[in-house]
Amino acid sequence: MKKVIEVENLTKAFGRFKAVDQISFEVEKGEIFGFLGANGAGKTTAMRMLCGLSIPTSGKAIVAGYDIRTQPEMIKKNIGYMSQKFALYEDLSVAENIRFYAGIYQVPEIEIAPRTLELLNRLGLENEKDSLVKALPLGWKQKLAFSVAIFHHPGIVFLDEPTGGVDPVTRRQFWEMIYEATDSGITVFVTTHYMDEAEYCDRVSIMVDGKIAALDTPANLKKKFEANNMDEVFYRLARNASRKAD
Amino acid sequence: MISCKNISKKYKKVQALNDISFEVKPGEIFGLIGPDGAGKTSLFRILTTLILADEGFASVDGLDVVKDYKLIRERVGYMPGRFSLYQDLSVEENLNFFATVFNTTVEENYELVKDIYQQIEPFKTRKAGKLSGGMKQKLALSCALIHKPTVLFLDEPTTGVDPVSRKEFWGMLKNLQQQGITILVSTPYMDEASLCDRIALIQKGRFLTIDSPQKVADSFQKTLLSVSAENMSKLLTDLRAISEVESCFAFGDSHHITLKDPTSTHKQENWGPQKKNINDIDLTINNLKMMLEAKNHINVVIKKIKPGIEDCFMELSKNNL
Repeated sequence: MKKVIEVENLTKAFGRFKAVDQISFEVEKGEIFGFLGANGAGKTTAMRMLCGLSIPTSGKAIVAGYDIRTQPEMIKKNIGYMSQKFALYEDLSVAENIRFYAGIYQVPEIEIAPRTLELLNRLGLENEKDSLVKALPLGWKQKLAFSVAIFHHPGIVFLDEPTGGVDPVTRRQFWEMIYEATDSGITVFVTTHYMDEAEYCDRVSIMVDGKIAALDTPANLKKKFEANNMDEVFYRLARNASRKAD
Repeated sequence: MISCKNISKKYKKVQALNDISFEVKPGEIFGLIGPDGAGKTSLFRILTTLILADEGFASVDGLDVVKDYKLIRERVGYMPGRFSLYQDLSVEENLNFFATVFNTTVEENYELVKDIYQQIEPFKTRKAGKLSGGMKQKLALSCALIHKPTVLFLDEPTTGVDPVSRKEFWGMLKNLQQQGITILVSTPYMDEASLCDRIALIQKGRFLTIDSPQKVADSFQKTLLSVSAENMSKLLTDLRAISEVESCFAFGDSHHITLKDPTSTHKQENWGPQKKNINDIDLTINNLKMMLEAKNHINVVIKKIKPGIEDCFMELSKNNL
């Protein structure tokens, strides 16, 4: 199986504090990889390095075929990114948001119009293309944000708490969209605080104090920790963290 | 302790709150459960006298939110959803500031905040802006408590917080409740509902229901089944294609489904007997299992389950479109 992310002993230190401490893992093409951890465990720092936004102190990682240390600009062009906190410009229209991100990700000029049309058709947003994003229902906004994040056909998309604060139905529709996207071969790297969503991942890693404390399929993790659900697995691993929440 | 009668609030075209009425009893932990944009923050801001409702009356601790706004502000503690302390003041400077604003001292009410504040005291000289999320949350709670409020308003205190820290935070709330403080707390996490004495499920400015978490769950009318099989993604599609299945949603490691009322559907040939009896549900489960196995599903497990608050929310929100 082709590897889309290969991480080896990746470390990020701020002074004497090791935010990320020698983590190693691989993510395969087409996989939904859940990246969990308590607040302060080092998730955000690790994710920033994988997106080419932060240079590691030591160790290495290859993302979408590029070295995060020497080719961060190539990584930024070849990944997608979406978070609940920031995804679309509310004061731009649907079409303007698409055009803006197409430009940011350097989608070839000739490709933009047909892809935009295809996207609007697929989401059923043809009649809304000139509506401001802030006027859209949350569910549509989420679908649009995700579609925009993968508009440039990246090999992998990073989703940073994409469903925080979203109502239960919309949250589930979002995951169904993730499933659809992975059917077309894209790899999904996702963080979440909803433990039921951890169940939807092919594999899940749980970070504690800068290290990966566990990594396996949800079924195997539950077996290993003799837990009924992922919430219990998480609780068992994270409750003894020395730097939880600070 | 808190009373709302027919509160409505509109921002231009958006009806943020639509005829909201409820009461919070003294010493209660009352939860407002609902997604972003449901109107939770608007309700908080009306009750803490920061904005005016378009219609309706509200009182807090026996005081009118319009006429007695100054008195209310002295008596309540408010932790907004967005971190609203002074980022460039240190931890202890923030706490002292809030104590002074409320005409008191940290020493006078230290007992109340002690358990929470002690956890961040080692960092008391650090600037608030440099704190981690969990520490900011504890400082904000300490500042909201330092004048010994009678009512505490907490707007999404656990959003974006990991499950372990969330459990800890709720532990702190239970301790505050023991000390006689009434708490109105909002959250988008449905699993936190069971930690409240009573809850209101809120969506699009309306309350879907108000009751104890147990009673909300008991009021679920339909039979709820959990279904799992080897291929969960295909299972979701196949379940939805079955005409007798009314709703089907993923719930962690299983899918939850409700069934259409058999008396209201015409197509019943493959379905269980119309007469309700104790074997009815077993028959239904067997039929369902056979249908799924006919579609090549393996390891099919179907169980009748008790609904959780999230099931209730999804069922109730269907009628609030």
